Amino acid sequence: MRRGWFLPIVATLGFCFLYAPIASLIIFSFNESRLVTVWGGFSTRWYGELLADGQMLAAAWISLKVGVLAATIATVIGTLAAFVLTRFGKFRGKLLLTGMVTAPLVMPEVIIGLSLLLLFVAMELALGWPAGRGLTTVVIAHATFTSAYVAVIAQSRLRDMDESLEEAARDLGAGPVRVFFDITLPVIAPALVSGWLLAFTLSLDDLVIASFVSGPGASTLPMVIFSKVRLGVSPDVNALATIIIVIVAVAVTIAGLLLMRQSKRTG
Amino acid sequence: MTSNPAIAANTRPWRDPAAKPFISIRNVTKRFGDFTAVNDVSLDIYRGELFCLLGGSGCGKSTLLRMLAGFETPTEGKILIDGVDLAGTPPDRRPTNMMFQSYALFPHMSVEKNVAYGLLREGKSKAEAFAHAAEMLKLVQLEKFARRKPHQLSGGQRQRVALARALAKQPKVLLLDEPLGALDKKLREETQFELIRIQETLGVTFIVVTHDQDEAMTLATRIGVMTEGVIEQVGEPREIYETPKSRFVADFIGSVNLFEGRVGPAAPDLMRVETEDLGPVVAPPVAGLTQGQTVWLAMRPERAWLTRERPAESVNCVPGVVQDMGYVGHMSSYMVKLETGRLVRVTQANEGRRDNPISWDENVHVSFEPADFRVLTE
Amino acid sequence: MSGASEPRRAGLPLRILALGLAGLGGAVAVSFLTLSATSALLLSVLVAGGVLYFLFSRFMGWSDRWMVIAVPLLWLGIFFLVPFFVLGRISLSETMIARPPYSPLWETDAQGNVEIIASLQNYWFILGDALYRNAYLSSIRIAAVSTVFALLLGYPIAYYIARSPEPRRSFLLLLVVLPFWTSFLLRVYAWIGFLRRDGVINNILTWLGVIDEPLVMMQTDFAVYIGIVYTYLPFMILPLYANLVKLDGALLEAASDLGASPMVTFFTVTLPLSLPGVIAGSMLVFIPAIGEYVIPALLGGPDTLMIGRTLWDEFFSARDWPVASAVAIIMLILVVIPMMWLQSVQNRQEDRP
Repeated sequence: MRRGWFLPIVATLGFCFLYAPIASLIIFSFNESRLVTVWGGFSTRWYGELLADGQMLAAAWISLKVGVLAATIATVIGTLAAFVLTRFGKFRGKLLLTGMVTAPLVMPEVIIGLSLLLLFVAMELALGWPAGRGLTTVVIAHATFTSAYVAVIAQSRLRDMDESLEEAARDLGAGPVRVFFDITLPVIAPALVSGWLLAFTLSLDDLVIASFVSGPGASTLPMVIFSKVRLGVSPDVNALATIIIVIVAVAVTIAGLLLMRQSKRTG
Repeated sequence: MTSNPAIAANTRPWRDPAAKPFISIRNVTKRFGDFTAVNDVSLDIYRGELFCLLGGSGCGKSTLLRMLAGFETPTEGKILIDGVDLAGTPPDRRPTNMMFQSYALFPHMSVEKNVAYGLLREGKSKAEAFAHAAEMLKLVQLEKFARRKPHQLSGGQRQRVALARALAKQPKVLLLDEPLGALDKKLREETQFELIRIQETLGVTFIVVTHDQDEAMTLATRIGVMTEGVIEQVGEPREIYETPKSRFVADFIGSVNLFEGRVGPAAPDLMRVETEDLGPVVAPPVAGLTQGQTVWLAMRPERAWLTRERPAESVNCVPGVVQDMGYVGHMSSYMVKLETGRLVRVTQANEGRRDNPISWDENVHVSFEPADFRVLTE
Repeated sequence: MSGASEPRRAGLPLRILALGLAGLGGAVAVSFLTLSATSALLLSVLVAGGVLYFLFSRFMGWSDRWMVIAVPLLWLGIFFLVPFFVLGRISLSETMIARPPYSPLWETDAQGNVEIIASLQNYWFILGDALYRNAYLSSIRIAAVSTVFALLLGYPIAYYIARSPEPRRSFLLLLVVLPFWTSFLLRVYAWIGFLRRDGVINNILTWLGVIDEPLVMMQTDFAVYIGIVYTYLPFMILPLYANLVKLDGALLEAASDLGASPMVTFFTVTLPLSLPGVIAGSMLVFIPAIGEYVIPALLGGPDTLMIGRTLWDEFFSARDWPVASAVAIIMLILVVIPMMWLQSVQNRQEDRP
């Protein structure tokens, strides 16, 4: 098909729009000058400062812990929700469950954050648990809203999966639980890995919900970054951004290569 | 067909009224909401049979098969295998195994693991299971491919792995859902005979679901023709083809010309039928018909004669014009337009090279033997 | 044929494996965490899961599927659905200097008489106050304008990717998704460096001689539009792409064969067929944008009113929980309508073969 000039130009501009700010972040992270937008020569001093910033490192460690725990719980809950919704036919509460795995995707974060905080406060009053806000409450909050993302990914994989695979295993004498672990789980495993990664990233990234449900001593990385950048640009945040971008780029490249190899094998 | 009734009863137990059925489907109905997929079906299948359920898509044949496997529960009625009622038995506890239309090979397991899977679920030791799996792979001539993953095999090879896997547990009944549907035409014809060989080697009862009448005719000991959730007719392939019980069966199996008519005055050993298209014709007598009753005459295209001159001795003969013809190698197929405007399909075998074959726009006569009409009342 | 007595034995290694894994997970969790509350939570989840699994596979058939349904239903019910009721309940209270800082809904005096204190006064207060009204309206306006811009930019990109040949298509798609995996906060932050008075854009324009005076872009609604379009663009492109990639190229050829110009083809064939994608993408941008907090806080000015920011301030600065709850409830009502629309569009998509 012949193609005009319009689409490629808009697409190119669009991609520039997406990547120019990221590029400038990286470039200015190597800037000697404290002024983030004036080039003062190449330097890596901001990386040094970043690594010496104890508050930042502590927050990063907390974010990592929260991310791993929340993503793991979210993967379990999201996978079960997806399995139930795609394989159990009709049951009472199905509509409710469908709504509860779709709504968090678009629900404004301030609402999720505020309502969960109020729940935790009410629970503490009524049950004595969770005692105060901290890591636990952030993990629960993140696991809850990210499980919706896992559920969406797992659901689409389960829908694509040939259900006769599971029936064949039943037919050959495997009980339902066995079928889930022998057949369903291995077949959808790649989707679950990407679901876990997405949940982990979202948790690592979240500022608003964490700000509501976190407590003293459990400031996550975005909370620390936010308090810093609120006061203006600071070059060590640029350095941090660059590190994150490099990690993500490497991870995505590896994942892409793995996926390509797999699709070559199965295709 | 055979002069020795003992052999006949042995190889064709359904002809023996005293024979005990192996699988007994009794008044089974399956409804999905308002839709009735299977409607009050009763069917007996005997040990060692290769039974084909034949029908178009949505006729309920797959639902019936899935009820045998245990994936669907009958709304009404029961299913017995070897005298045991299977109601409430989940698929993993049934003495049946199924070969799926998509083959459903586990993509993350090697060929031998696929075949051994069912044996391991029985609690067999690993060594035992894999040894038996190797035997099964030998039976389907895939012993060299044991370590491959399913996606490294061709379509035909996958089909054989699926068969080996389903047979590995030595089920009492093997259920096959469109077993050859995904293969191309040539491979399908070869595999049909392979399937018969394996079935005869193992003596397992096969129930095959198919929409392909040629496949059913080639494979089956008996065929059950299904439509709209009902089994229209059960019989040996020849029976179904030669003596269809209804217009649906006649039309579904092979091609057929159907003529509507009324029963004329009775005569000894033959019956007159008044038809609009053929005029008065002579058909074989059918008991229990009254004069004036509406019947349909079914006539297979290959049973009619096509001649330029009216044959002197012909009982049933109508003139017409060749409207269309097609040459298919071993035979030619003609569409003959009768005086009433009705088109009749006639096929003529091409034996030897005829110098002057009948061609377009020729005036011809179509003749039928009375015995070649099948009189249908449904 | 399956023996009825055998599966127990065959299932044992698996069960041991599962319990072993649960134990290992617990051990890892304990060493991973220094905070006892969370490790206790995780351990109990794992142990409960293991026990449930054991009981479930040992004594129940799959027919007792409620055991499985219960896990996601309860978790999401408790931590997603119930909070909204708590929110609603607190929105009916009065603020109080206490812990927690809100009044109960009723009080029982010494005589056992119940006095109901619950009232809708917070709602009347919000709806009667121009500040809140304007915040809602301006949130909707900003979200809508940003959605339109995201659509105008996202549609051609999605279309271009969908029509690209395969190796390039996957690569471009990756390029769209990639920024999404890096920090949202940092991507918004990157724009500060771009839009400032001495930022990249002003520097370049001055250097090119296009402007003499630096443009004021930071702390304006314009910066907020840019921020929303920038961060939510992947959410617009992906559903559009998913829709457009399914569009049969033969339809376009048929239209042009029947004499339609490319422009006419687009407006009569492509656009109508991609409408579900347009709606899904637009809702995925519009709904979360209404409640956006970070973007107006970082890029917007003091007069950029958005309801997410108002709620945040009400909660963190004014510490008025009941009013913040009422603000949230009204916001919830506002977003539920487009959410249901999105859901129905998606359901219709799924029903189609």
